Amino acid sequence: MESKGNRNRENRLTLSDYRKYFGIRRKELRRDFRKSRTGYLFIAPYYLLFTLFYIIPVGVSIFFGFTYFNVLEPPRFVGWQNYANLLFADDIFLTAVKNTLMFAILTGPVSYIASFLFAWLINELPGKLRAVMVVVFYAPSLSGQVYLVWNVMFSGDVYGYVNGLLMKFGIINTPIQWLTDSNYITPVLVMVVLWTSMSTGFLSFVAGLKGIDRTIIEAGCVDGLRNRWQELWYIVLPSMKPQLMFGAVMTITASFAIHDKLAALAGFPSVNYAAHTIVSHLIDYGSVRYEMGYASAIATILFLMMILCNKAVQFLLRKVGA
Amino acid sequence: MRKFFMPRKRKRRRTLNRSLQGDAAMMIFLFLMGLVMMFPIIIAVSNAFKPLSELFIFPPRFIVRHPTLENFKDVFRLMADSWVPFLRYIFNTVFTTLAGVSGHVIIASLAAYAFAKHRMPFGNALFGLVVTALMFSGYVTQIPNYLMMKNLGWLDSYFALIVPALASPLGLFLMKQFMEQLPDSILESARMDGASEWYIFWKMVMPNVKPAWLTLIIFAFQDLWNATGSTYIYSEELKTLPYALSQISAGSISRAGVSAAVSVLMMLVPLAVFIFSQSNIIETMSTSGIKE
Repeated sequence: MESKGNRNRENRLTLSDYRKYFGIRRKELRRDFRKSRTGYLFIAPYYLLFTLFYIIPVGVSIFFGFTYFNVLEPPRFVGWQNYANLLFADDIFLTAVKNTLMFAILTGPVSYIASFLFAWLINELPGKLRAVMVVVFYAPSLSGQVYLVWNVMFSGDVYGYVNGLLMKFGIINTPIQWLTDSNYITPVLVMVVLWTSMSTGFLSFVAGLKGIDRTIIEAGCVDGLRNRWQELWYIVLPSMKPQLMFGAVMTITASFAIHDKLAALAGFPSVNYAAHTIVSHLIDYGSVRYEMGYASAIATILFLMMILCNKAVQFLLRKVGA
Repeated sequence: MRKFFMPRKRKRRRTLNRSLQGDAAMMIFLFLMGLVMMFPIIIAVSNAFKPLSELFIFPPRFIVRHPTLENFKDVFRLMADSWVPFLRYIFNTVFTTLAGVSGHVIIASLAAYAFAKHRMPFGNALFGLVVTALMFSGYVTQIPNYLMMKNLGWLDSYFALIVPALASPLGLFLMKQFMEQLPDSILESARMDGASEWYIFWKMVMPNVKPAWLTLIIFAFQDLWNATGSTYIYSEELKTLPYALSQISAGSISRAGVSAAVSVLMMLVPLAVFIFSQSNIIETMSTSGIKE
């Protein structure tokens, strides 16, 4: 009996403790809020727009993914139907997923490593020359529509540069349809995408390498680093981790969203859907057929793929040098 | 002021762990790759100066032999023929680019200052959402954004191009990372002296993050300069320069030279902006890392 009463008393005590704790917490929080009013005011304009054009759209997209919606009639709830259709009835979507993954795997890691490698080599150059080389490697990303020149290089007639050269040297007799023969589309497009892929991540690497403190490397040499590869692995890469993380995010996001350049070079839709990616499918249903519900389901899948891949790669990068 | 905030490190030529052969091999590799990167641009520039007789010949000729300005003249001739006065397309792109870029720099800097230098409840969570937004591309939100524009009544207006660009997460992220390295002690002593947050932001923070502005400018500029806006804009008189130029190049195969001239002209402005602000951009990007 006594012990029970004791326990009860203890319980009551803890409960009021909680109350008191939360009371204080709430008061603190309220005070913090009041103190941060200026801060929130500074954030407000940006965050209002960010909410309108980034946060709400993601939610809306997930919601419409469960509906049939053609803009003219109000959306009708259909449950998992869109997803079931995508996965089991839409062969072209599966082709698109396959192509997206293929392009992402062929271009993502290569462009990431190449960005780093070039930034690392550029970092060895003296000032002026370094600035010139940064422009040389970054120019393709700045060049807007200049990638259309690849159309001329790989055009399917004898005037295309590649065909012309190959025929001149007698390697082939008839021109190759680079951009309409599904055997050749992928390698050509991968090349074009890689060419434009030295972007924000590359600049981040250049800057990060420039900021590495020379004295750490000198200390490493005293401790027995013998060549530039060891220096790269043991000192440069670990101290570049934040930039490597940023570069990875930019590269992954870009390589899952390849579409514009493919459509401009291989056509939209492309022969045998050889250059049809998830984004192409999304645009096809969203902007061409106005099946917004179905397109939203595609967008949601794309969203999840991008986020998951980013999180996975960040998890792996955290292990570098750890 | 600048010297005060960011002391420059002394430069030192390194000799450790480097051999002459190794350096030479790597430099040769780097320059060859540089040539590969420049090759398509060189071809585009060269094509822009080719007369028709050199554009379609077998075997192909990479570098123009008899350069002519004919293609550029054709661009302007085609511009003069367009239904809407061509100046209008140029105005549309220049106006949306200027409005979007300057608005973006101001709005993102305001928020970045608060995220970097104010302690607020949920501040980290709010910033975390912005970092997450870096992880998906604009295609994901394209459909809801279209519906949003429709409901706001902004379809077929400049707003549809300008307003979303103001909220670009990359700009806020870079600006916040850069502002974080401003020393707190100076802001604190200004507060002690009774300076308002507004004053501190405009008079102390903004002048010291000039490299970051230029970086935000170049990224926002690239986006807006190349925006065709074809999803949102229907009226011919509101359409942008890239759209109009893509119509010119889409003409026919005989426009190959004109098309090259167009893309070379369009490339010049962003390239000039980048070259002009490169050292500032690199300075900003050194703080761009995502920390755990």
